[in-house]
Amino acid sequence: MSCWETFQAYALRSLGYGERLLPREGYDLCQQFTLIGSGLIWNVYFGVLALFTGFFLANALALAKAGRNPWLRKPAEWFIFLFRGSPLFIQFFLAYEALVLLPKAGIEVFGLTVETAWTTRAWAGALFVLVLNTAAYSAEIFHGALKSIPKGDLEAADAYGISGWQKFRRIEWPTMLRLGWPAYTNEAIFLFHATTLVFFSGFPAFQQRGDALYYANYFADKTFNPFIPYPIVGFYFVLITLALIWLFGRINRRLNRHLPSNLKSRIRLRPQLIR
Amino acid sequence: MFEFCTDPASLTGLRWFGCYLTTATHFSFYWSFGTVILLLLVTAPCALAFGFLGASAARSHVAPVSLLGRGYIAAVRGVPDIVFFLFFIIALDQGIEWFKHLMVCEDLSQPVWNNGEFRVCAAAKVPAGDAAPWVVKAYAFGLAVFTFAIVFGAFAANVLYGAMQAVPRAQLETAESYGMSHRQVFRRILVPQMWIYALPGLSNLWLILIKATPLLFLLGIKDAVYWARELGSAKTSGNNPFPHGDWRLFYFLALLVFYLLATRISEIGLTRLTRRLSRGQATRAGEEMRKGAAA
Repeated sequence: MSCWETFQAYALRSLGYGERLLPREGYDLCQQFTLIGSGLIWNVYFGVLALFTGFFLANALALAKAGRNPWLRKPAEWFIFLFRGSPLFIQFFLAYEALVLLPKAGIEVFGLTVETAWTTRAWAGALFVLVLNTAAYSAEIFHGALKSIPKGDLEAADAYGISGWQKFRRIEWPTMLRLGWPAYTNEAIFLFHATTLVFFSGFPAFQQRGDALYYANYFADKTFNPFIPYPIVGFYFVLITLALIWLFGRINRRLNRHLPSNLKSRIRLRPQLIR
Repeated sequence: MFEFCTDPASLTGLRWFGCYLTTATHFSFYWSFGTVILLLLVTAPCALAFGFLGASAARSHVAPVSLLGRGYIAAVRGVPDIVFFLFFIIALDQGIEWFKHLMVCEDLSQPVWNNGEFRVCAAAKVPAGDAAPWVVKAYAFGLAVFTFAIVFGAFAANVLYGAMQAVPRAQLETAESYGMSHRQVFRRILVPQMWIYALPGLSNLWLILIKATPLLFLLGIKDAVYWARELGSAKTSGNNPFPHGDWRLFYFLALLVFYLLATRISEIGLTRLTRRLSRGQATRAGEEMRKGAAA
């Protein structure tokens, strides 16, 4: 099989298109790059959607944690502690086991039957866990940033007569984002790295449609040679990391555009390894 | 365990649970928490040692040594999490066997990696084919510790490197002006002072290390995750004296509580340690403690 044919057969394998069986011979570089790259679609899917949804949830949680109302603050604190204090690995297992327990036939709500089977599938269940997890980590970052807004900025807002929602939207929120952004960039990078855990924890890969690490593991098992597939995964993730740094750097520049250059916060890569 | 447990079928309620939770397999489950804690206690000093070596190397004035230290830090930090664990455990295992293969085997004509197989002669198997079960276990555990130490060592090296840079330059210059050599400055001034700067990073790392321990499961060790899956899955009355449905959810809840507790206790302990290490330091916290004691 030429490399182009391999590409056609396996480029979308992780989504269920193309060749039905995984490669059983050869295991050349082209095959490994194509199939592992195909799995990467899932990592990007989980990463992008979880980051996007988690961002809004994180803002709400950070505000709740910084607020005075204990009915909002306590649940937010507990939520953040729960998801930051336990391993993501265990969270995946737990979520899967809990979702499996939902009645198979669906739940009756006001005469309508709500299907539940789809929640045990990785695309929904694992995404749900990732959203909650990244929301907790990001909320802690944003909460810290909210606490370190310069006093002078708030006093200036008061002096101009800006208050309430206006003050939040025009002063507090942009400053919070600006201060928290370097740390949030790291969070984004390690969320993408954490997506590799999905198919290694509770969630099974349906019809061998897995992520990059799933296929890398397949190749390592078949060839007994870890020195090719795992560095390929590493290579792909370095690319993702660079893309993220570029994108978040652009946003960071925009958030800091009103400041003199010596005050701008720079993004530094501070890896967190595993969550 | 208890004498009334001889006929489980007749038990009900609390007694049933009392017997159920004290079966031999459950004790393996409880012991596996010990394994996790043991791993933490063994790995943390190892990782710290790796980190210390890495940071010292990165600071070295000799270019190749410095390059080695920096390379180690950058290589491990740049690659995503569990890829490293999966890679290292096989690479180490094969590396050791391959090395022993070169040393002890007589027939070296066959390539070791051949047609998707990794084959060394029988004498080069590690652990040996006739080794006692505990040797096999200890070997797997040792590999896991080593893998954790390498990965976390790189992160610790990064933290310690930053901490060494953070010690006020004036302190080192004063020491030099007293005529201390490079080595003396390093041992007597730099190392005692760097810990307080390293502590926030190291405590973060410790919390991450705690949360990384379920990955032992991926490294093929019968840890708490393994037993939780094993014990929690549905048991029929045919092969098991204590039949029950799918209880994995509850076992994982127990695991979750264990990790939350470990995190919370560590946080409290680390706060205390920070206070202890701040004593007599040229930092804000140290200064406040000095004034507080004087007042």
